Amino acid sequence: MKFKIQNILIFSLFTSFLLISTFIGYNPGLAIRDNFIQFAVSMVKILPAAFILIGLFEVWIKRETVEKHFGEDSGIKGFIWAMILASTTVGGTYVAFPIAYSLYHKGARYSIIFTYIGAAALVRIPMTLFEVSFLGIKFTLIRLFTSLPLIIISSIWLDKLIGSDYELNSDDF
Amino acid sequence: MYLIYIITALSLLISIIFDFNKTKQAIQIAFKKLLNILPAFLKMLILVSFILYLVPDQMVVKYLGQNSDLYGLFASLSFGSITMMPGFIAFPLAGILVDKGVSYMNIAGFSTTLMMVGILTYPVEKKYLGRRLTILRNLISLAIAIIVTFVIGLSFGEVF
Repeated sequence: MKFKIQNILIFSLFTSFLLISTFIGYNPGLAIRDNFIQFAVSMVKILPAAFILIGLFEVWIKRETVEKHFGEDSGIKGFIWAMILASTTVGGTYVAFPIAYSLYHKGARYSIIFTYIGAAALVRIPMTLFEVSFLGIKFTLIRLFTSLPLIIISSIWLDKLIGSDYELNSDDF
Repeated sequence: MYLIYIITALSLLISIIFDFNKTKQAIQIAFKKLLNILPAFLKMLILVSFILYLVPDQMVVKYLGQNSDLYGLFASLSFGSITMMPGFIAFPLAGILVDKGVSYMNIAGFSTTLMMVGILTYPVEKKYLGRRLTILRNLISLAIAIIVTFVIGLSFGEVF
């Protein structure tokens, strides 16, 4: 783990803040501590499983397979696959980033991974069902049919904008 | 939620049956990747715990509930962009807002930016996509969220 000095400083400051707050009963500190624990727990529930699946993906899925379905010649089908994959993503966009990153390093093109990230934010199935039950099917359908085409168009545009010489960092995240 | 554990366990099992060494390698990769990104996730968690203290749910309900005008719209887009909450908290909250008479347009502004614009996930996104792409992607997401918000407003007869 690459723990930079700056990171160590931030984490020790934060930990001391929580400890002191707990000790002297400083209410804002206690609320922040509870927020931290709540979100940390929800991430601990998802991240290990998600990363094991990413690990399995890295060793088992051939580069040619990813290139065929998500690469330069995948055409319109690539976008459809990206959206289907996105709808099954759990957690939040923070789970979609490492998946998109692995896809990219296996040969997926930029427009596909941007579509995947955007769609993972917008159409995760459990979340969408929840939305329907609280806001109604009309709301959800309008939202999906407006946002998804815009996601695809903007992903293609962003792909062109950054150009082919742009490289995602390869520090093995 | 439990489905991901079942899928992961099954995938691991199938993988072990086919090739033990490859499975071992997969777990090593998973461990290394997780460890490398952990500092960014911790930073995100620290940001989240402060922001959610400064902008609690009640504050969102209060601001959006009182102002259904342009000011309310601006508030909904801002709250959605700077906070982060899982769907099982966000949508019941949206349901409360509907009952309070908040326009669907403002609810769309809040929920769409909540989903798409990630100021709090910046430390994590930056590690994977780099600073420039992260900023560009979030600006585009904000623009899309604003368009969706207006289309919802038009469809529900709340604009014009």
